[in-house]
Amino acid sequence: MSRFQFTTGEQLLKLCTDRQIKISQAALLRECELVNTDAAELVVLMQNIYQVMKESVAKGIVSTEPSTGGLIGKNSSKMYQYWQSGQAISSDLLAKAVAYALAVTEENARMGRIAACPTAGACGVVPGLLVALQEQLAIADSTIIEALYNTSAIGIIIATNASISGAEGGCQAEVGSASAMAAAAIVEILGGRPQMCLNAAAIALKNILGLVCDPVAGLVEVPCSKRNAMGVANALVAAEMTMAGIESFIPFDEVVEAMNSIGKALPSTLKETARGGLAVSKTAMKYNDRIKSKPNNK
Amino acid sequence: MKNILSAFDIIGPIMIGPSSSHTAGACRLGFAAHKILGEGVRQVIFHLYGSFKETLTGHGTDKALLGGILGLQPSDERIRDAFELAHERQIYYSYINMPGEEDHPNTVVFKLTGVNGSEKTIKGSSIGGGNIIITRIDDTDLRFTGKYSTLITKHWDQPGIVLKVSAILADSQVNIANMNLYRTYRNDIAYMIIETDQQIKPEYLDQIKTIADVEFAVAIEKLF
Repeated sequence: MSRFQFTTGEQLLKLCTDRQIKISQAALLRECELVNTDAAELVVLMQNIYQVMKESVAKGIVSTEPSTGGLIGKNSSKMYQYWQSGQAISSDLLAKAVAYALAVTEENARMGRIAACPTAGACGVVPGLLVALQEQLAIADSTIIEALYNTSAIGIIIATNASISGAEGGCQAEVGSASAMAAAAIVEILGGRPQMCLNAAAIALKNILGLVCDPVAGLVEVPCSKRNAMGVANALVAAEMTMAGIESFIPFDEVVEAMNSIGKALPSTLKETARGGLAVSKTAMKYNDRIKSKPNNK
Repeated sequence: MKNILSAFDIIGPIMIGPSSSHTAGACRLGFAAHKILGEGVRQVIFHLYGSFKETLTGHGTDKALLGGILGLQPSDERIRDAFELAHERQIYYSYINMPGEEDHPNTVVFKLTGVNGSEKTIKGSSIGGGNIIITRIDDTDLRFTGKYSTLITKHWDQPGIVLKVSAILADSQVNIANMNLYRTYRNDIAYMIIETDQQIKPEYLDQIKTIADVEFAVAIEKLF
């Protein structure tokens, strides 16, 4: 096994402790070794991805163009205007991050350009939070790029030991993974130790265990877009609790293990097949009938 | 054991939404098919199987497949305008929902006709996260993933053909990473899929094309 390889939280933590490095640094070192490329080049690659994330936020908050399925498209601009009005009672950061997460998912649903993170279905959580956080706290791009490497480490561990695919593990694998990744990144940005990052990821993931993937008409629109927005809140609360010194009783690796077994136990009707849950609700079925009767719907 | 994952398997790809397998993967399949044809596409008929049928318009699978055929990459915003683009370039296309199931839920068969009249039937599947696999060209089952620069030859199954092709690759300083031969019958048409660490330069591809018994050869750059 190579020097910087890790596939569990425990291995990642040992690497960070032994070398006195942050999770983001461990992830970058691992990547350098894996693809045999300079760190500088890999930072640029991540910078390009972050650029796309920022663009998808910027486009999404101003557009009201309907999604391909016509179910969403106006929510991010509504939420952004609400944030601008100053009426949000939760926090400036949260309301803005929610608007941004909706923006990215709406861009995705109208065939705009996005960066999957870790999937297209969950593409709103991490960019929504990181872009809003950067703006609200005036954080440098370089710090956000590092944070993205931090999120990749969390994602790698989840994808290796469980799944990041809705078809395999339900929404817990998509928005669950994304909120765990975002929670860890925020904690690192706020100066938390590697152990605290894993702690925040564990708390965020625990909250979303068992969440099913039941998209209306199989589209990545309802309930996906708003679940991304909820993922933002989930990540933020997990990060706040962690920064307050609260720990997760169940360690991150064991939460991932639980998520894996729950994902396997979920029936296939609740794993992206649109044959259960909200996808077969009365309203969803009515929508299905309507789109099927459209003459030009091939 | 699962593959060792990269940070960029988690963050990214940069793609046109909404679905990595139904949009990004579909586009990549179309792109691979147009490369395998080896000339501009005049006409394409998409035979759709499994969830590709169901997600056709909702996930933009129709536009993504066609966009790929037009040479667009999964991150290209022009995928949204694929119909208009095809119209401008006078490329004919149609979609047929096929009965029955294929081996993988996201499967498409491309019936392609090129600008110079060549015809190919190419089958492929989108296997998740934007990854693809081409599983058949005309009547031969094979395996092409686009993860390497790849040489595909269609040739007559005769002794010495592998030596002749690999000699040219050696001469051009191209290292073979993986190599597979596929045939249906002995002494009949066969395919060679050679994955290489370097892209094969056009002049060497031309040499490969002139080998007796090689009917067709195409060099495809690493797709992603």
